[in-house]
Amino acid sequence: MAFLVVTLTWGLIRVAPGNFYSSEKKLPAAVEANIKKKYGLDKPWYEQYFIMIKNVAQGDFGDSLRYQGQSVNEIIWRHLPYSATIGVLAYLLALAIGLTAGIVAALKQNSPFDYGSMALAMLGLSVPNFVLGPILVLMFSLGLYIFPPARWGGVLSLVLPVITLSAVYTAYIARLTRAGMLEVMRSDYIRTARAKGLNERTILLKHGLRGGIIPVVSFTGPALAALLAGTVVIERVFAIPGLGNIFIQANLNRDEPLVLGIVAFLSILIMLFNLLVDISYGFLDPRIRYE
Amino acid sequence: MSETNGKILSVKDLKTYFQTEDGVVKAVDGITFELEKGETLGIVGESGSGKSVTNLSVMRLIPEPPGKIVSGDIVFNGIDVRKLSINEVRGIRGKRMAMIFQDPMTSLNPFLKISTQLMEVTRLHLGHSKKEAYDHAIKMLKTVGIPDAESRVDSYPHEFSGGMRQRVMIAMALSCDPELLIADEPTTALDVTIQAQILELIKDLRTRMGTSVILITHDLGVVAGMTDKIIVMYAGKVFEQAPTAELFATPANPYTKGLLKSVPDPAHEEGTELYQIPGLPPDVAHLPPGCPFAERCYRAEDICRRDFPPFVQINANHHSLCHFAQEVYAESVAESENGKTANIQMKINE
Repeated sequence: MAFLVVTLTWGLIRVAPGNFYSSEKKLPAAVEANIKKKYGLDKPWYEQYFIMIKNVAQGDFGDSLRYQGQSVNEIIWRHLPYSATIGVLAYLLALAIGLTAGIVAALKQNSPFDYGSMALAMLGLSVPNFVLGPILVLMFSLGLYIFPPARWGGVLSLVLPVITLSAVYTAYIARLTRAGMLEVMRSDYIRTARAKGLNERTILLKHGLRGGIIPVVSFTGPALAALLAGTVVIERVFAIPGLGNIFIQANLNRDEPLVLGIVAFLSILIMLFNLLVDISYGFLDPRIRYE
Repeated sequence: MSETNGKILSVKDLKTYFQTEDGVVKAVDGITFELEKGETLGIVGESGSGKSVTNLSVMRLIPEPPGKIVSGDIVFNGIDVRKLSINEVRGIRGKRMAMIFQDPMTSLNPFLKISTQLMEVTRLHLGHSKKEAYDHAIKMLKTVGIPDAESRVDSYPHEFSGGMRQRVMIAMALSCDPELLIADEPTTALDVTIQAQILELIKDLRTRMGTSVILITHDLGVVAGMTDKIIVMYAGKVFEQAPTAELFATPANPYTKGLLKSVPDPAHEEGTELYQIPGLPPDVAHLPPGCPFAERCYRAEDICRRDFPPFVQINANHHSLCHFAQEVYAESVAESENGKTANIQMKINE
């Protein structure tokens, strides 16, 4: 699967017009030929492909074309912590707020809280984060002077990017949780639990939650990967030196190995989290536990 | 219990309505019945006649909104259930009155072990320790005839068959030795051989534990063999109320007669159609002013469509909601003397 993604990406980069060396300034023919030879670009495309696949299979994406002498792996690992910090924090925030809001909204269905939080969630889903980001910056940085508007430095600088990034996921999780809980709380076994004389708290936490959050769980796996990858726009808005920013740069520079490396890395991440989700189903639902 | 005169449950003029987009649905509209200690009451009726809602009202399990107990008294062992706070009701539910539901496939929590689900009842109501509750769970599973209870107690519901799950439900309901057991169509979702086993089990446990039972069903065959008295419900009303034997022998309501005729007869002549009551149950949101059964009744006259029928007392324990109750009763008596209902009699005696 990962190789399919790599192949596709590689092919697309090839098919796209232009390459790393096609800048405004035309290179002398001799220099271009030399460079092509060094990177094996003079060989036929299928040969190039097999060399690439062989290297990638060994986890070697080669050196970046733009950043001379730095391997793609080095660059990814250097910039990953920034993206990971923001991504994981946004994930935790989205889970905490989304789950709580969803559960409370489901329990108090058709209450002002329910309507209010779901309207807010709809808003969160509808406003793209490259709009939300600048709005937050405008309000809290340039208006109230509470948080720094951009750059990496200290806990305070994390607040706005994390909120911006988590907004959509918070909204989505809240809506999923509410829908899931509403469905479960109407089910027969919840009625049985009530008939047993259990209080609402026990019914909710012990009997309702597990079934109610299954749709959320299936969403959160891919969501975590998307959060790590989805910082692309956020990092741009808040000028954070993370993976997303590097990815955009790499694309603009036509830095083929780096683009390939980041795409492969993210696709592996997504697969990994999907696998984790599948495993966690087993813990939640005994019916799909592997015997 | 001198103040309750041995009555375990007395329901008086109970009305439970549901607010829907289509108007007010009078699911239960003025039900009155009493249940003596150790007695078994059958509640019979078609789907939507209000059988389940009556009993959910007794347990105060009506989802509110849209449902609401509008008026009436529910007195359980001298306790006015309607006046209790929700916490006090929880103290009774599962402990003093318990319920078994129709579909054992969905009524057990699929995510929790049987032991967890059984233990939480006794830990809550009887203050059992973990160990006591676990042992009690095994004991209850044995009581309801689950083989190899020690090893099966930690299974999940999906590892049991439907009949076994219903046994688990019964074990759960009887864990705290309740005074009243409400069984809401306990055998409807099961196949016939299992049905018989489950009914036999309820019958046996009732005698052994001295529990009073309300058995809700739409199957007259089910109530015939194991109830002391029967209520026939239609469109949220009690249509007829009588001791079991009397109801089967001499019904005083055209609807009851229709139900009895609908029970397939083993001596049924091949090739002829089985009897069914014509038409469909009425929409309880828009009931006509007269008798709700008039449109489907073989005996209906103008008065039935115009005026709501009276609740006629035939004798001390036999009532019927019909303008012509006495006449229908007389008909039945004549028929039974002619032996026409002999086969139904046989069914009761078997």
